[in-house]
Amino acid sequence: MSTEQDPEQRTIRCLVAKVGLDGHDRGAHVIARAFRDAGFEVIYSGLHKAPDEIVQAAVQEDVDVLGISILSGAHNTLVPKIMEGLEEYGALDDTLVIVGGIVPEEDRPELRESGVAEIFGPGASMQETIDFIRENAPRR
Amino acid sequence: MGELIQDLLDGKHRALARVITKIENRSPGYRDLVRELHAHTGNAEVIGITGSPGAGKSTLVDKMAAEYRDRGLTVGVIAIDPSSPFTGGAVLGDRIRMASNVGDMDVFFRSMSARGQLGGVSTATTDAVKALDAFGKDRVIVETVGAGQNEIDIVRTADTVAVLVPPSSGDDVQMLKAGILEIGDVFVVNKADLDGADRTVSELKEMIMMRDASPAAGTGGYSGAGTDATGHHGPDAGGMDDDDDTPDPTSEITGPGSAGTPGRSARHGGTVEVEGGEAWVPPVVQTVAKSGEGLDEFLETLGEHRSYLERTGELQAKARARYAAEIRRLLREDTRELLERELEARGGIDSFVDDVVARETDPYTVADEVVGPLRDHPEQE
Repeated sequence: MSTEQDPEQRTIRCLVAKVGLDGHDRGAHVIARAFRDAGFEVIYSGLHKAPDEIVQAAVQEDVDVLGISILSGAHNTLVPKIMEGLEEYGALDDTLVIVGGIVPEEDRPELRESGVAEIFGPGASMQETIDFIRENAPRR
Repeated sequence: MGELIQDLLDGKHRALARVITKIENRSPGYRDLVRELHAHTGNAEVIGITGSPGAGKSTLVDKMAAEYRDRGLTVGVIAIDPSSPFTGGAVLGDRIRMASNVGDMDVFFRSMSARGQLGGVSTATTDAVKALDAFGKDRVIVETVGAGQNEIDIVRTADTVAVLVPPSSGDDVQMLKAGILEIGDVFVVNKADLDGADRTVSELKEMIMMRDASPAAGTGGYSGAGTDATGHHGPDAGGMDDDDDTPDPTSEITGPGSAGTPGRSARHGGTVEVEGGEAWVPPVVQTVAKSGEGLDEFLETLGEHRSYLERTGELQAKARARYAAEIRRLLREDTRELLERELEARGGIDSFVDDVVARETDPYTVADEVVGPLRDHPEQE
């Protein structure tokens, strides 16, 4: 009916997640703010979250984009757990998962294999990340 | 029935999340979804929590949810945060405080932003509450920053509204602002371990007494005497809590008292006898959300308000008023949409503005012209 909105104009929802024992969230804060200024709705998970919590938040909030920030090097353990959780709730297919942080080149193929769409390391620009999300956010 | 609604009714959280997304985005077909939901609603107790930023709303909601879960109840939470009027973007931060309910899907927490459009938030909130209700959540909590018309509309979704007031939050003139006092069924002085809590409690009670000069006239507010027929309430009317002089916070942390002891319950707010029935005087409860202190009393007070609503038929009256408001709001939105279309069909607003600027016509004439066909339409049929 008349009050329905054009799906193209909908707001992109984004969960910025810190997982595991990594206590550095300056980057996550900066990203959250940049996303907000880009017009996204950003939910920040807070520090030291377990993969389960991230999955719970991503499913309940029904986010388009899940951005996982990991600087601790535990990505090979934590990211797959999150992906499995999303799968369990049927949320993997239409959530764009991106990873930011320190991820060595040799670890990247495996992460992509598990469903991570893109990995942004040091030096990646904010605009690059935002453009990537705008282009790749799932159409629902 | 749509598959999505079936999944929601079957208890799939993913489907619930998606339905709320469609409601928020006003995706094509969302009206059909809400239509189907309606028949399954009416079982949840809806509680509104409002208060200034930093009052401790999210922390309290977290503790409430955990306690309800301990009692075997399922919980839905909708937390509304403001969005930027410039970019539409928002940081929805309330989820961080939900630490007590980690990994428990039966606490369904959803952040929403107050997206720009007029009346949009209240419509989306109302509909999202319906989704949680239909899903089968026993308690639905709507949390929002309390300032201004929009927020007051939001908390009207709730049967019981609790207003959080931090200690020393300004002089009593602040409390007169923005309708905060009128919307509260229960007042919570949170962070009651901080200095100034007692003072805030007494100020609140005083303000409530003045407010209740009309509905509960003659009850003497907290005095509970019920004989003050003049309806004159001053500090000397015996209305103030006797304990106010003893600044011992632990002894102050009390609920409304048991319903069976009217003196006590009246002194702390709650139900009071009035001519022809009962009235509700909003109790002032103290909590320390972080430690959970005062939580039991707070929940007990919420429960008492609920039974008061049920007993007096107020609950039904509220529901009726809510549906009336909802119908009106939808009609307003729909007609606005029709008008926009009519404007478009007539060459857009700018051409009218041109004529107005050129003094060829005036805004009133334009409005009459555009609304004309709508006005005449029923007569043609």
